[in-house]
Amino acid sequence: MSERSNLRLLVLAVLVVSMLGTLVARAYYLQVMEGAEYRAAAASNTVREVAEPAVRGIVLDQAGRPLISNRTTVVVTVDRQVLAQEPNDGAAVLTRLARILDTPREMIAERLKTCGSEGAKPPPVCWNGSTYQPVPVATDVDTQTALSIMERRREFPGIAAKLEAVREYPAPFNVNAAHTLGYLGPVTEEQLVEQGDTDAYDRLRRTDVVGRTGLERQYDEVLRGKPGITALAVDTAGRITGTLEQRDPEPGDYVVTSIDARLQSVVEQQLQAAVRRAQSQDYKGASGAAVVVEVDTGRVLAMASYPTYDPSIWIGGVTKRQFQQLIDDESLSSNVYQGQFAPGSTFKAVSTAAAGLDGFNLYGIYPCPSRVRVGGQTFRNYESNAYGPISLTRALEVSCNTVFYDIARRMWQEAGGPEAGIDAPDPVAEAATTFGLGEPTGIDLPGEAGGRVASRAFKYANWEEKKDTWCRNAEEGYPETRKTDPKMADYYTALDRENCTDGYQWRAGDALNAAIGQGDTTVTPLQMAMVYAAIANGGTLYRPQVAKGIVSADGEVVETFAPIVTRQVEVPKKTIRFLRNSLPGVTTDGSGETPFVGFPLDRLPIASKTGSAQVTGDKASTSWYASYAPANDPKYAVVMMVTEGGTGSKTSGPSVRKIYEALFGVRGDTIDPRSSVLIGGEPLSALPEVGPDGIPVSPKGQQSGVADIRAAGSSP
Amino acid sequence: MSGVMTTDPAVRTLTRQSGYWRDLDWILLIAALATTVFGSMLVWSASRADMASPGDPQSYLKRHVINIVIGLALGWFASRLDYRWLRAYTPIIYGASVILLLMPFVPGLGTTIAGARAWIDLPGGFTLQPSEFAKVAVIMMMAVLLSEKRDTESEPRDRDVIMSLGVAVLPILIILVQNDTGTVLILGSVALSIIAVSGARTRWVVGLLAGAVIGLLISVQLGLLKEYQVQRLTSFINPGEDVTSAAYNANQARIAIGGGGWSGYGLFEGPQTQGKFVPVNESDFIFTVVGEELGFLGSVILLLLLGIILWRAVMIAYRADDMYGRLVATGIVAWLGFQMFENVGMSLGIMPITGIPLPLVSAGGTSMMATWIAIGLLQNVRLHAVRAGA
Repeated sequence: MSERSNLRLLVLAVLVVSMLGTLVARAYYLQVMEGAEYRAAAASNTVREVAEPAVRGIVLDQAGRPLISNRTTVVVTVDRQVLAQEPNDGAAVLTRLARILDTPREMIAERLKTCGSEGAKPPPVCWNGSTYQPVPVATDVDTQTALSIMERRREFPGIAAKLEAVREYPAPFNVNAAHTLGYLGPVTEEQLVEQGDTDAYDRLRRTDVVGRTGLERQYDEVLRGKPGITALAVDTAGRITGTLEQRDPEPGDYVVTSIDARLQSVVEQQLQAAVRRAQSQDYKGASGAAVVVEVDTGRVLAMASYPTYDPSIWIGGVTKRQFQQLIDDESLSSNVYQGQFAPGSTFKAVSTAAAGLDGFNLYGIYPCPSRVRVGGQTFRNYESNAYGPISLTRALEVSCNTVFYDIARRMWQEAGGPEAGIDAPDPVAEAATTFGLGEPTGIDLPGEAGGRVASRAFKYANWEEKKDTWCRNAEEGYPETRKTDPKMADYYTALDRENCTDGYQWRAGDALNAAIGQGDTTVTPLQMAMVYAAIANGGTLYRPQVAKGIVSADGEVVETFAPIVTRQVEVPKKTIRFLRNSLPGVTTDGSGETPFVGFPLDRLPIASKTGSAQVTGDKASTSWYASYAPANDPKYAVVMMVTEGGTGSKTSGPSVRKIYEALFGVRGDTIDPRSSVLIGGEPLSALPEVGPDGIPVSPKGQQSGVADIRAAGSSP
Repeated sequence: MSGVMTTDPAVRTLTRQSGYWRDLDWILLIAALATTVFGSMLVWSASRADMASPGDPQSYLKRHVINIVIGLALGWFASRLDYRWLRAYTPIIYGASVILLLMPFVPGLGTTIAGARAWIDLPGGFTLQPSEFAKVAVIMMMAVLLSEKRDTESEPRDRDVIMSLGVAVLPILIILVQNDTGTVLILGSVALSIIAVSGARTRWVVGLLAGAVIGLLISVQLGLLKEYQVQRLTSFINPGEDVTSAAYNANQARIAIGGGGWSGYGLFEGPQTQGKFVPVNESDFIFTVVGEELGFLGSVILLLLLGIILWRAVMIAYRADDMYGRLVATGIVAWLGFQMFENVGMSLGIMPITGIPLPLVSAGGTSMMATWIAIGLLQNVRLHAVRAGA
């Protein structure tokens, strides 16, 4: 081939080599010589996320009625990025906005400051979110204002009006259920710390609201859904250079509870009625609780606590004054599972189980004098009644303290009296423990209290903790009190001296008090309901549950919660049988008789136990009424209590009767399941249906309990 | 130059056996395979973050591997074809590729990617870019025209040069309409190189070179190029000034490569790559992946592999036993050389941004197949020369 061709091929080869050389040189220059600079640029080249919160899932009752839902509200937002490009940082725009929203301009300006920046007020005034996220400056803006803002875009650059979901309480049948439902609040610092350093897109963000109490908190992750994310590439100068990722929010799932709104409404009204009844007897009726559970599942059908509050005050945040009011009213915690009270005579069922456990003859005859003297102290019956020698069944019916005192004294002596070690046998404490007292029931609600079982171990621990104070007081002799009341000072000093030296001793008096649910034993009303449910179902202690299942926002069943057994109570079956045979007598012929006069007990027998628990000081007793029904085929356990309420029978009993009437459809002497508050006369076995549009198919008309079902559960 | 060829003892011993596998240019084959494997790794790194959300982070890689297998088969086929047969059927291949080139204009068949209507939709989510095959066809057709009837003459006649120019200009015009500026530049360089090496008179070479430069200037001046084309072409000059659109790519690419330093962040570790700050980094900007994750050392290894391929191609062109083989090999050298320079150069910020892939490295099936056909043709030319020398 020609020299020319060869030469030109050589030129091409040289050209190719020089191109390669150029590339290598350029790479060397960029990577090795200027590498550090570019590395810094890469580091500041970051992703900024703009999160759009998901619509929170709603909470339904067992029939599909929304207990918590969402409503849409018009929110006006300001995009500071856009505003910054306006003359004078958009001062004129903000002035116009303030005028049209009818709010002071300063308020909007304060709102637009990023939390922690110079001159920013603390949250919730300042903006806690991302710089790139439009800041909501006004909520619940009326549609007309929103429209005029959107129509005059030119005048309002960076201002947008959009629909946002906020919590709403449809309150079917005017239910309150505040403590069960719970409320939302801003995410806490602890939660953010606990979450750790993560960049998962569905992590908690400072702008998020989360469930703070009740179901909202327990099922927060279920309800929360997943946020929509727009990931923006942002360069060193803070300019947006591109969109890297776009993800739509996924709405949260729905929580279906076993609460029946209509029954809940009845229970709430009846608790209030019981409190009024206490007050009409000139008692204070300070607080109260009522709970209805299904005995063979542990599901909670209704629970009410008094005093309560309006859950809607939490929407949009409470003011300091409102919060103080809630604290002062002591209405924030639920007495059902957070309040701990002396159980009084309702505890005798447990003591009976202890007697069975310890081998006492349940069918024997026991003396019921008006009082007994043990260890130099006199222990009396209620109103010092004496019934002579009676059966244990009768002792339960008339709530004879002295029978149980005697049993407790014998157990105490068997165990070794005052000298017994802290692990000496204590059937009463054992029975209480196996029935789940002294530990939280494990209900699916946060912040549950566990109560306390009085025992040798407890007393010793208590002494260890307090002996230093006792001994010091005994030495000093209450000098302050002595100035005004030397007699009282002497009494206190003697008491503390005794406590100081042998306050760890489990004395006969302690054992006697424990056996009738007095002294140091405390329970939550929910625990008591589970005890009576366990007796009713033959000895299975269930973990109470409020949630029955999870349904997705498009109507698919995500999860159904099966009943959970905590344990089989370790009490002989025949003892449980004895209790089941004895407790109906309390309602027909005993201390629980009065409220059920005229009730068709022959067809719908009720097993019950009253309690009038003494409390320290001059306060009136705590009124208890624990029960289950039908006694021959138990379905529901109902427990109600009112502090400073008087006797169980007088104050709580009539309300419990009303609850049973509502449950079983009792009218006068007739029982008709069709007039039960429960649709079909019993709780629904399946989860309620939710349409693909997210709207629950709940009972129509009067049965729905809400005026317009469409308003509930719809997402914007 | 036939004397040089026969003095090569390696060739002489190999040709005596005259076995296909023995006579292959193994250095070329191994370098090409190594580049392909290297490229697959980079494609995986660039695409796994994107593909993780639809489900399978390796789905892109899997498709890439399928393309490689098809490419290897086509390359093997191209290397086995009989030389005479190849020359005889070249007009048909050329004609077919021009028809294929027109397919994207048929409604329902074409797809527009990044402003260029240069893809044909295939079932299964695959797309075909006919301009890649056009490069092969133009090289073959020009080689046929410029080597015909005059293997003994020293230079091609003007008529042959004009005809071969026409062969190049027809697809160039079609591709120009498809807005695939990068491919137009590559095809122009290829045509110029083939005409030059064919031994055409110097005035042809100088005239064409001048014509190309003037043509480019005029088209910019008259606004024949669309605004985005000009922007793409010029954004590499002042990338810091405009952080939007075209310059963004150039800027991010440079930050990625520069951040790599000596040895890089490590595979799958590059923040710019994994954060998808650099667009289309599995194909057009694939060099940013090696630059960021494997650093200067990785970049040099990749350029070295590409350099070995080009060196072997030049040697095959040089040792070709006839003008046809030399021009085919020359065309391939020009194609791969300029395309590599343009692609890597744009990532490094010294060349305008055009949408062309890095041969054997980038994701993109048609490019992979066409390049392996080119490797096969190079082997074919070599085998022909070895056999002729035996």
